[in-house]
Amino acid sequence: MRIGLKAGAAEMKPIVVRELIKEFGELRAVDSVSFEVEEGEIFGLLGPNGAGKTTTIKILVTLLKPTSGEAFVAGNNVLKNPGAVRKNIGVVFQDTTLELDFTARENLDFHARLYGMSKEERKRRIEDVLSLVELSENADQLVKNFSGGMKRRLEIARGLLHVPKVLFLDEPTLGLDARTRRRIWKYLEEFRGDTTIMLTTHYIEEAEKLCDRVAIMRKGRIVAVDRPEALVKRLEGERVMVIAESAEKLRSALKGFSIFERNGKLEIFVNSAEQFIPKLFEIARANGVNIEEVSIKRASLEDIYVKLTGGEV
Amino acid sequence: MSEIQGIYVLWLRDVKKFFRIKSRVIGSLGMPVFFLIFLSIGFRRASIPSLPEGISYGDFIVPGIVAMILLFSGTFSGVSVVWDRQFGFLREIMVSPVSRTAIALGRTLGGATTALLQGLMLLILSTFIGFSLPLTTMPLAIFSMFLIAMAFTGLGILFSVFMRDVHGFQIIMNFFVFPIFLISGTLFPISEFPEPVAMISKLNPLTYGVDAMRYATLGFSEIDPVTDFAVLLLSTFCILLTASFLFSRTEVE
Ligand SMILES: Nc1ncnc2c1ncn2[C@@H]1O[C@H](COP(=O)(O)OP(=O)(O)OP(=O)(O)O)[C@@H](O)[C@H]1O
Ligand SMILES: [Mg+2]
Repeated sequence: MRIGLKAGAAEMKPIVVRELIKEFGELRAVDSVSFEVEEGEIFGLLGPNGAGKTTTIKILVTLLKPTSGEAFVAGNNVLKNPGAVRKNIGVVFQDTTLELDFTARENLDFHARLYGMSKEERKRRIEDVLSLVELSENADQLVKNFSGGMKRRLEIARGLLHVPKVLFLDEPTLGLDARTRRRIWKYLEEFRGDTTIMLTTHYIEEAEKLCDRVAIMRKGRIVAVDRPEALVKRLEGERVMVIAESAEKLRSALKGFSIFERNGKLEIFVNSAEQFIPKLFEIARANGVNIEEVSIKRASLEDIYVKLTGGEV
Repeated sequence: MSEIQGIYVLWLRDVKKFFRIKSRVIGSLGMPVFFLIFLSIGFRRASIPSLPEGISYGDFIVPGIVAMILLFSGTFSGVSVVWDRQFGFLREIMVSPVSRTAIALGRTLGGATTALLQGLMLLILSTFIGFSLPLTTMPLAIFSMFLIAMAFTGLGILFSVFMRDVHGFQIIMNFFVFPIFLISGTLFPISEFPEPVAMISKLNPLTYGVDAMRYATLGFSEIDPVTDFAVLLLSTFCILLTASFLFSRTEVE
């Protein structure tokens, strides 16, 4: 084993997952998942409904026990030493765990006490996180009167209150409008490099803009992990869109390329459009096809995502 | 230290919530108040041989109905852990450094305190229909009420460990809470029961709880009060131990 017990927590990456499996009866919700998250990184888990994102997070935050495999958070084994893991993490769950009959400040105060913070520390940190998520003015309102976005912001504040080493966020921006979503990205941005953040999301844009690296998950498996740009490059290359007079003829002349036809346009997947286009004209001329229009489209993470997850979003 | 803090936070949350949501308090007191009024009116002329001179059925029933509210409210708040585990606040606590044992204890203490508060309110209300509260033995009465509340909140938590969702709740009410309530001497003296039923009632911790309360408030008891308190203490202790042990092994789904 690469990381022995004596190697100590200090050298270990903040999240290490190896061959993790979780079964619910017949169903394998998490299927041999392995990945590592670097110190200070924002790591995204992207996948359709039921992919196993929440289940993975629940194992990492010690709420569920894995069927097999191992996972380490902040250097501690989630199964053997859950107490040590809990000391080092902050968690924002997919659905709210706020106490609705209490005010924002009361919610934060309960939380701070759970983490054994002293009175002055509690006071100071609560003010800090409230101002971070711009809720200072609403601190003494009952949470049940908060909007969805305000609740989410409060939960993020609570997750950060005790200065965790690793913050887990399960769909932090689900159901929020674009402006609130950007606001949440901004708060999380501030911790890039200091706090390790692992989040799950359905929003590709979120993964692309916020995450240093993304793992794409499908049916319990991780199908790709990389930086968003690298994923796009590695898996998709570029697309050349062509409008030609006799598209069918051109298509058969371009055998061997991966081609799709969409609204009368040919869509050709290539590694490098610059090198392909001269070749395209050569082939067209040789076959007597007249090309009317050529355009290059660089694939987005969304294309990759749709491709890797089999078209389910 | 953080364990004590954890227990305190959980307790504080339950108590604060109790005072904040007034409608819930009034709602939970409604049924026992009606029981109290109608039973004591309906049976005011009934003579029950095992009741001594000077103790009317109306007096006899007050500790019984107070025990009922402790039983119902305690069990309910224990079982509602299932709810909280699935949807609420409890998940947040389960990922904090507070140990599972402290969570179980804090929750029991919180649930028991709110049940106790309801019981006390009912006891005070009962003075309006002629029940007299002896001040000197009040601490003993409160102590026995507290033990009853702890025992049944603990049992509720114990049940919650085996429940996957809230659907089992009805079963617990009908097949556990009601039988416990009826076979405990809350409504009739246990010496009025036929022998087999009386035997079963001797296995029920609530029997000793109600009897202890009657001893403390009316000076009347069917069982030796020392036995009452011994059984009550022991069963509460065993329940808490089992509940916190089982709770510490639960997963949150
Ligand atoms: N407690 C459970 N018991 C049985 N099956 C479960 C349980 N929790 C999750 N599952 C199943 O495991 C699979 C993965 O669920 P999970 O919640 O991890 O998906 P997800 O990626 O978070 O989806 P979403 O985007 O909808 O939140 C689903 O098929 C789900 O039905
Ligand atoms: Mg999920």
